[in-house]
Amino acid sequence: MTVRRIALVLPLLMFLGFVALAVYRMGEPQQRVIASKMVGKPVPAMDLVGMDELHPGLNDGDLRQGTVTLVNLFASWCAPCRVEAPQLKELADKGVVIHGIAVRDTPENITAFLKDHGDPFRRIGMDPNSKAVLNLGASGLPETFLIDGKGIIRKQYIGQIRPEQVAEILKDIEEAKGS
Amino acid sequence: MRALLPLAFLVLTAAAEGPALPPAQEAAARTLMHELRCLVCQHQSIADSDADMAADMRAVVRERIAAGENPEQVKSYLVSRYGDYVTFDPPKTGANLVLWAAPLLFLAIGAVAVWRLYRRKGA
Repeated sequence: MTVRRIALVLPLLMFLGFVALAVYRMGEPQQRVIASKMVGKPVPAMDLVGMDELHPGLNDGDLRQGTVTLVNLFASWCAPCRVEAPQLKELADKGVVIHGIAVRDTPENITAFLKDHGDPFRRIGMDPNSKAVLNLGASGLPETFLIDGKGIIRKQYIGQIRPEQVAEILKDIEEAKGS
Repeated sequence: MRALLPLAFLVLTAAAEGPALPPAQEAAARTLMHELRCLVCQHQSIADSDADMAADMRAVVRERIAAGENPEQVKSYLVSRYGDYVTFDPPKTGANLVLWAAPLLFLAIGAVAVWRLYRRKGA
């Protein structure tokens, strides 16, 4: 085959290859999981109003107390948040400090939600306008952030915490303690 | 009177989504909203989305602009949280540079090919 022939056929092959790739990839769902750029960085400044007397508010200083904490973004209107409730309860029962950030929610609805699905939270900060969601780089509910004792965000768990993730999270907490 | 109705609606929705801005700032805010991706929708900008999260993002855009930030600063705040994915106008650096440069490169190759072809014919 002459160089000229190759020069003629190559662009066509490249184009067909491109079309094949496009058709093949069309069936895949678009990127759903958007990782936060805040992982590895200090918790952003926040000062969220508490939900009730039992659950005081949450500020960034609360997350720099030398204890590894989980911060769970949830809402009573969020269906997968119900699904992960038993896992949060299990973690809380094992002594993990969990704080909640209630997104676009009301104290009445949260009280009912906690009554039905268990209450793993020490503090619950209200986030009526998604300010904390945006500040943490979270994109949906539920999401959970692991924060070390110095207030550095170590991990982000996107979506509901599944039963098989509990052991992994406990391990991550142990690792964060070491630092 | 009826003609004023959409206007009233506009003012009401704007009030619900952050502070009211002077016209020039509002225009800048709206331009930026078209460049920001709604994170919970399928390829919609926050200007086009009805999602609650998009409304909250619009409010943040207006609040930051009201506080004196320019659109570029507001955008870099969101990029610092979500990465380039949050903008429909990704920066022309790193791997993105290939995407921007490739059409120009191929255009140049094409131009050279055409030039050589005509030169040969002319000779």
